[in-house]
Amino acid sequence: MIGADPAAAAAHPGRARADEPFDPSAAAARATAAILHDTLHGADRGVVVDSPPGAGKSTLVVRAARELAAAGRPLMVVAQTNAQVDDLVDRLATADPDLPVGRLHSSDPHPYDPVLDGHESVRTSAKIADLAGLDIVVSTAAKWAHIKHVEPWRHAIVDEAYQMRSDALLAVAGLFERALFVGDPGQLDPFSVVGADQWAGLSYDPSASAVTTLLAHNPRLPQHRLPVSWRLPASAAPLVSHAFYPYTPFRSGTGHRERQLSFGVASDGSGPDRVLDEAAASGWGLLELPARRTPRTDPEAVAAVAQVVRRLLDRGAVAVSERSDEPQPVAADRIAVGTAHRDQAAAVRAALAGLGVSGVTVDTANRLQGREFDVTVVLHPLSGRPDATAFHLETGRLCVLASRHRQACVVVCRAGVAELLDEHPSTEPVQLGVTVKFPDGWEANHAVLAHLSEHRVSWQP
Amino acid sequence: MDARALAALAANPGCRRRALLDGAGVDKGALAQALGAPANFGQSQFAHQRGNSFEARVKADGGADLVRLLHERLRDGSEPSGPGAVATPDLTASGPQGRTARTALALREATEAGRWALLDHPMVSLDVAGSSAFLEPDAVVVHPDGSWTVIEIKSFPMVDGSADPAKVGAAARQSAVYTLALERVASMIGEPDEDGGGTTDPAGAAETAGKAARGPVRARVRHQVLLVCPKDFSNLPTAELVDVRKQLAVTRRQLDRLTRIEEIAAALPEGTTFDLRLTDDGRIPTRPVGELTAAVDAVDAAYAPECLSTCELAAHCRIRSRAAGRVEALGRGVRGELGGLTTVDAVLTAAMNGPADGAPTGDPAVDALRRAAALRAEALAARPEAVACR
Amino acid sequence: MSLITTLARMEAVREGRAQPLTTVRHRHLSPRPLAFVPLTTAGEAGAPLGALVGTDRDAPRLLIVAQPRDRDLRFAFLAELAEEIQPYLDSYADEVDLEERKETDPETGKKVPVQVELCADAPQLLVPSTAGVAFVRLLGRSMRFRRTAEQDPETPFPAPARVPLLGRWLTHYGERSRVPGSCLLLSLTELLSRHWATGQSNLEDQHLGSLLAWIDPPEGAPGAEAALRAESERDGDGLLRCPPAGPSTDPAFDNKLLAPAMSRYDAARTEASQGVAGGAARLRLAETELRGLIASQLRPTWDALWHGVDLLRSLPEGARVADRWKRDRWSYTGHRDRVRAGEPPQPKLDDAVTAAQKLAARETAQAQLDAHEALDDPLVMAGRRLAGEAFAGEVTDVEMAWSDAKVPRPRPLVTIRTEDRPHLAERVKLHRVTADGRAQSGEFAGLADLDGADGADEADGDHGADVVEGPGDTDGLGDTDALSHAHGPGRALVVRLTGGMGRGKEPEPGTVPEKGDLVCWTLFEHAPRGGPELPDVESTPWTHGGPPDAAAPAQGPQPDPMTEEDHL
Repeated sequence: MIGADPAAAAAHPGRARADEPFDPSAAAARATAAILHDTLHGADRGVVVDSPPGAGKSTLVVRAARELAAAGRPLMVVAQTNAQVDDLVDRLATADPDLPVGRLHSSDPHPYDPVLDGHESVRTSAKIADLAGLDIVVSTAAKWAHIKHVEPWRHAIVDEAYQMRSDALLAVAGLFERALFVGDPGQLDPFSVVGADQWAGLSYDPSASAVTTLLAHNPRLPQHRLPVSWRLPASAAPLVSHAFYPYTPFRSGTGHRERQLSFGVASDGSGPDRVLDEAAASGWGLLELPARRTPRTDPEAVAAVAQVVRRLLDRGAVAVSERSDEPQPVAADRIAVGTAHRDQAAAVRAALAGLGVSGVTVDTANRLQGREFDVTVVLHPLSGRPDATAFHLETGRLCVLASRHRQACVVVCRAGVAELLDEHPSTEPVQLGVTVKFPDGWEANHAVLAHLSEHRVSWQP
Repeated sequence: MDARALAALAANPGCRRRALLDGAGVDKGALAQALGAPANFGQSQFAHQRGNSFEARVKADGGADLVRLLHERLRDGSEPSGPGAVATPDLTASGPQGRTARTALALREATEAGRWALLDHPMVSLDVAGSSAFLEPDAVVVHPDGSWTVIEIKSFPMVDGSADPAKVGAAARQSAVYTLALERVASMIGEPDEDGGGTTDPAGAAETAGKAARGPVRARVRHQVLLVCPKDFSNLPTAELVDVRKQLAVTRRQLDRLTRIEEIAAALPEGTTFDLRLTDDGRIPTRPVGELTAAVDAVDAAYAPECLSTCELAAHCRIRSRAAGRVEALGRGVRGELGGLTTVDAVLTAAMNGPADGAPTGDPAVDALRRAAALRAEALAARPEAVACR
Repeated sequence: MSLITTLARMEAVREGRAQPLTTVRHRHLSPRPLAFVPLTTAGEAGAPLGALVGTDRDAPRLLIVAQPRDRDLRFAFLAELAEEIQPYLDSYADEVDLEERKETDPETGKKVPVQVELCADAPQLLVPSTAGVAFVRLLGRSMRFRRTAEQDPETPFPAPARVPLLGRWLTHYGERSRVPGSCLLLSLTELLSRHWATGQSNLEDQHLGSLLAWIDPPEGAPGAEAALRAESERDGDGLLRCPPAGPSTDPAFDNKLLAPAMSRYDAARTEASQGVAGGAARLRLAETELRGLIASQLRPTWDALWHGVDLLRSLPEGARVADRWKRDRWSYTGHRDRVRAGEPPQPKLDDAVTAAQKLAARETAQAQLDAHEALDDPLVMAGRRLAGEAFAGEVTDVEMAWSDAKVPRPRPLVTIRTEDRPHLAERVKLHRVTADGRAQSGEFAGLADLDGADGADEADGDHGADVVEGPGDTDGLGDTDALSHAHGPGRALVVRLTGGMGRGKEPEPGTVPEKGDLVCWTLFEHAPRGGPELPDVESTPWTHGGPPDAAAPAQGPQPDPMTEEDHL
């Protein structure tokens, strides 16, 4: 009946002292060094790393894997989806073309990204025996769970550990002796389609996250966090940190002047153009449509989202960032639209196609997890709704949608969400022994909304 | 209003009718009775007796057992209380104001004494929409470090460490009201608790212990309450700490919103009153039902079926909501896909009156309803035999 | 609530009676179920007040606890309950079929076929409401750790024989009822509300009388009115005319009738024990009065329960219900074997491995149930089609094609015209059942122009269920932008068949749909696989607390503490 104490993580290194200017690179380097030290030389069986959005989690995983391999300690890597596995293998092979990496895959047709076939040192197979002796073997938790009767690896890296369910960890934990667990506690929690209440409060509740169970049974494991978001601009990090990571604050790796968004074409005075100007100037924009109860695929809101994207492209947006000396055009592939529901995403895609826009990523929060863009346009999960539900209030959903961008985020929403939140009944049942998760979705929503309202452009389409 | 009623405000904060009636202190049960739609509430005397006898049993030894349970659950490495080490100050006083003052004094003394103390049925007050509500927690324990814990004693069981989550939730909301009221007392005794908001307070005891060791004892209300229940199928007490920070945040916000009652009242027609015009013996309402109904209807309700278990007026509101054909009468959840369609008639009309070609109407809710109606009709027509309700 | 169910509820409002949600019955109903209608004493956990129990609707057995604070009387109640239920449970134990099952040989580690017994049928328990199911669990928990004098001569308050055993069976039934689609223990409110939509909310449907009033309203009364009466009409004494289905009682009944009758019983008992003249007679009288009172609260629910059974029996059983009932038979047989093997009672809490196994089994059962119900019932399938998880339509074109493999396999392209809007992306797997009941697999190959020519390989990138969408292996599929005509009135989808065509180079006759056939493809699997094998409990990994404490008593958990008085 023990839970992870969020306060414990707050006391770890990486926090700048108040009397010196914040040096993000140094802070991140200190954190990384400590993590690698504990991973390679520590006595504990596990090391936990919390990574806020865009804090270099993948870079850390690649680096830790390479250092373990270089030290002659072969390892297995567990990720949660095939896309994550393919991405990691690609990054590993790109970082070190000579590194022998195995991609363990399913026996389905098209089981992995063909990009991997372009790496000479990457071997792919559905059988673990084919990959024996390789320095690093990467697969999904689901696939690893079917591997039996092998000598355990001395090391493992478990990626996206907060999105992994406790029972999935139970199925694979026998494969390794010790592991580095990396993940983002602010994103969407794992869930179950059937009731799991009877185990609520148990340390090994199978429907809880893998990290919750791990820390409940091993409370003294070293816990680190990456203190700097390299993705989120200085305009976004404070809000996302305050609203979604109240106990583990982080900062932006870039200053207010280092990222800039501007347009080649001046505003035509329309709502979409004004909100784009606001977002370019401040990093955030709220395009507020008149209050109305609407179905999920609110045609006006969907059209407004599409219009914002269209204007963003038409006005020749260019972005300045630390990545390049020259301003870079914000092309369609650097733009994403985020929604709560699939039918909303489908409606936005259709609307974009109707405006002749292609190449923009349009997806739900679940499927935008882990991804990064220059500009995001978000259809607010509560826009036009008659009520807030647990699904729409889930902290992780809003956190994912509000933390995918490097430059600016435009939120499209009907007026009236603050009232909707206030009228939300608060009669949640309480399970004994379950650690209360903070922040609460209701409060986080209020925090984000309060901030967005300072960047509001009201528009009647 | 008692703590239970205050906590119940969170059940439907969007209901202006409830906010107004509660804020004005109207007896909703009597009102519902007079309207001819009494609530299906009531307490069995068996449950009542058991609740009382369990509480008496838990407190029988002057609080030593309660303090032991609390100390065990804290797991903070502090010393357990020795025999006879729990003070039980006398809180007797006349009238709610007197008892509230006596409680505040006892809390101050116990806090300064730096030892365990149990306050049995203290009284605290809370400002609700301009008037004082007096609240009576089951008990409050003062810790040697000067912090206070609300004790909530319930007679539902904890079986193998878990209890009915709905009941625990209700207890947590009720305790949060006491916690809030106690915070006011604490702020008058010691320096104010600047972290009262809870979002930066990780509910840990370690931080407090450090502060307590440094300066003079300061009063602080803990944001974990102790819920005491019968263990398994016995009459022995067991307990768990319940973190009420979320419930506190909600309660604070609801109380702030209650101040808006004046706005709601201002919008009422001149002379609106909920007076039942009781007979001289105070038993029989003489006000015509039609008049009373009109008065109640003058302020909007936000009826949903959940109200049936939390509001005495719900049966009346249900009748009105159904008569108006509101879709919420079928459950809050049905609204999600209906967009601007708010009545059953509107939904059925939209679903049934589709154009022959099935062309989109531009309203996704209407299109989906037509699709649903067509699919449903197609499947029902294909039934092998006419079945279902005779 | 899905839109199609919402619509059905609104139709029920308009019609004044419940509307069908299904065209068949999706749960097994035993020809001889045992009905159990319990009442509890307000405020005390698991303290029964009375029950009607039995398999004969016209002759239920009435059990009461005249004074719930008296442990002896409670034990007597439980003993009688066991006397009634246990023979019923046992009566299914000996008639068995032999089934072949693969088991791991402990010596070779290989899977070998073994013959095992499977009970030919299983006992089924029916209770009025979900609260009744919870009460069965609570009773099971309170009974299974009791000790009889035979088990432990030292035990201070020995329980009657059979009580701990019935506790284990009730625990098993209570736990099994958490498995989606299982039918060993069912509540009538859940059964009825699965099959009919009323014109009231889910919450109000929890009231059995009110639910039945909607489904089968009395002559001339609209459902809403009948339901309201069932829920709240009171007689001149303020008592509910239709008592609640329990296990909680009507507080007015407790206060006005039960409490005074119990006081009379207590007084008569004291007199009888003191040998006061006429005391014994008054005690009998008081007890008879209590029996009458408690029966008056139970009987309407008992009759309502059987009324509900009649309504359900009027629906034909779904084709796949028997398959699922077989799993229930396995469950019953498994517990029978554990009891026979002398295993200890189920522990108070699941260990990490058991909890994970149960969760995985229930997730598989849920997926299976969802698939079965849709395949058995066009009305359920209609809901899945509306949700974009299936599509149905007419085959407009079939084009033979083969795979590139060394031995080419048939991969015909089938074009289907449909008005449905499935959430498809390229290469999403599709499933269907052929006319002769065989499984066929396919994958989405793109949209075709409505005039028949193959169109662009484009689709919107959605798949998977909505709220259940999560971090699964649902990636790796090309997301392309939707075609603008995706929202037109009808469209043609191309499916590449990938299986269910036999083993040859040419598909077996009848396995490929023909032009003009009506087909229904689903995005969900029809026979979802279970999760991976989990470690043995003894190999629980360090992340989950390691192997269980070897020092823990092997005989199972200790009985609950007993105090001199255990009432509150």
